[in-house]
Amino acid sequence: MNLRPDPTFHPTAQLAMQAPVENYAFTVMLSPDGSQSDGIAVVDVNPKSDTYGQIVHKVIVPHKGDEFHHFGWNACSSALSPLTGHAFLERRYLIVPGIRSSRIYIIDVKDPLKAKIHKTIEPEEVFAKTGYSRPHTIHCGPEGIYVSTLGGGGPDGTDGPPGIFIMDCETFEIIGQYEMDRGEQDKHYDFWWNLPQDYMVSSEWGLPPQFEGGIVAEDLLSNKYGHKIHFWDLRKRKNIQTIDLGENHQMALEIRPAHDPKKSYGFCGVVVDTTNLQGAIFTWWRDDDGTWQAKKTITIDPRPEKAENLPPLLQGFEAVPPLVTDIDLSLDDRFLYVACWGMGEMHQYDVNDPMNPKLVGKVEVGGIARGADHPNGKPFAYGPQMVEISRDGKRVYWTNSLYSTWDDQFYPNDSGGQMVMANVGPDGGLELDKDFYVDFPEGYRSHQIRLEGGDCSTDSFCYPNV
Amino acid sequence: MAALWGAVIFSGFYHGVNPGMGWPLAVSAALFEQKAAALGKALAALALGHFIAMTAILLPFSMMLTLAEFQREIRIGAGLLVIGLGIYLLLNRRHPRFLARVKPTQLGLWSFLAAMAHGAGLMLVPIYLGICAVDELDAGHAAAGELMTANIGTAFVVALTHTAAMTLAGGVLAVGMYAWLGMKFLSKSWFNLDVVWALSLILVGALGIWHAG
Repeated sequence: MNLRPDPTFHPTAQLAMQAPVENYAFTVMLSPDGSQSDGIAVVDVNPKSDTYGQIVHKVIVPHKGDEFHHFGWNACSSALSPLTGHAFLERRYLIVPGIRSSRIYIIDVKDPLKAKIHKTIEPEEVFAKTGYSRPHTIHCGPEGIYVSTLGGGGPDGTDGPPGIFIMDCETFEIIGQYEMDRGEQDKHYDFWWNLPQDYMVSSEWGLPPQFEGGIVAEDLLSNKYGHKIHFWDLRKRKNIQTIDLGENHQMALEIRPAHDPKKSYGFCGVVVDTTNLQGAIFTWWRDDDGTWQAKKTITIDPRPEKAENLPPLLQGFEAVPPLVTDIDLSLDDRFLYVACWGMGEMHQYDVNDPMNPKLVGKVEVGGIARGADHPNGKPFAYGPQMVEISRDGKRVYWTNSLYSTWDDQFYPNDSGGQMVMANVGPDGGLELDKDFYVDFPEGYRSHQIRLEGGDCSTDSFCYPNV
Repeated sequence: MAALWGAVIFSGFYHGVNPGMGWPLAVSAALFEQKAAALGKALAALALGHFIAMTAILLPFSMMLTLAEFQREIRIGAGLLVIGLGIYLLLNRRHPRFLARVKPTQLGLWSFLAAMAHGAGLMLVPIYLGICAVDELDAGHAAAGELMTANIGTAFVVALTHTAAMTLAGGVLAVGMYAWLGMKFLSKSWFNLDVVWALSLILVGALGIWHAG
């Protein structure tokens, strides 16, 4: 407990943009075959430092096979909400779940160069207290830390639907299930909210048997992955509306609400449209009578390719699908970054008018049947995937692995983990930085990135921009 | 006597400046609706909740005061209760989770619950009992019925004065931030008052017992 609010907590998104820039990034190190222990890499992102662009510390956990994926902070700017009374928490711990093991590590990063494990929550505790498995997205909210899960109970995670559980934000004790009325929600992936407007939005990937052993082509072609987004009364813990994006819109993943809590809209990325292999972004919003709406506002076409250049999974289609697997919105709600992991492209859209996004920047690196090198001449395996934007919006970082078994299906000949960074022009435009290229240690891939002091997919702000 | 009323007003200011009693919510309301009137409306809701919490605590004590022969015991008991809550808050520094379940639109309810959970009303009890004791000396040997009416009246006046002072202090901060200082001031001006608050309860309780004895 501090006597003053943590200096990295900001009342508004605007103030967060003006705060000092990040010096360190924390990035997942994942051993895809479980032969080594997973970990968190601490990356020096201060261009004035001698060790710029290097991994300067690693927290390697004692177990193997956890499969790290997404992770988040124990506290963020949401602590400044006077409704919750947690203003004096420290942004100090990373909550790192293993999506394969369901084990959760609490890592103390107060001194990033001496980051260490603070507490481990064993899978049995998660199962017993929540009935869920395979923890995924982390956000700090009204009653503590909210954790979404991808699986229900039982060995294959299909005994009951997955959902969200709450953890105490100081002791990290698991409190229990969030939902009181989940409505028709039976799959889960991401979630985020607007705290003052008291709504939450959640999305769907698929159930564990649909992803753990690799993508199940028959399920995809018969539209059995998730294609709905759910709107919740946050504090009543009740699903108030479900929007079906259409069953051809397979895998509705990242939910990115506008950061300014005065706005009642946001975005959701869809991996693939099974009718035409397009990737898509939906804009969702609340209309004047309080009903939620969603409309497809971005489509990205597949690229035709000869079957012989494609992995077996795609040969029948003779095309490379964009595979929109991550999106991220800058803190000024102006630029939406869209990772096209299949094509090997990072797109930047101006979404000042959220109903009419405009493509203003693009980087090509990696990609199926293309494998474009980084501008520094080094290879970039797979394609651009987990993307994170600096608070000031000037730097965009990304890594290249999607998910262990899926990487191997879409890129059977690739290996390696990279983290790169692109600089953003004042009015858009995106260019890879030649000097920032992190090659991960042998046998490791990389996934989500968190920036010291918060980033664009962490903090929830409680006060409108002025 | 003036000191006791001064304490009522001072405690009001003290509660008012504490962000935990809600003034940032008034700023937030004004920013959301983009008009200053929303700030006033939110302050009024917060004040109403606080006022009800104060009277809910003070009224039972005003009833008890009709048991004139137990005056001293009541005052000592109340003092101990307040000290007890202070010690509890000192040892248990967790915030009540149920407050987070209140909807952001229910500011009055939130303010009532926040005041209750932090013992804002209890903090007033020893001061209130002190005022009643002085009143009684002045009144001489009035009938029990009259005394009770007077005590209830005093409870309302104490709660009202305290709430007015609280609203004024919180209002000045809220308007200042909304109109001039900007949101940066919010995180800069927010101090952790948990320990000070718990110690205040212990202090007020101790003073109450001391005066009763």
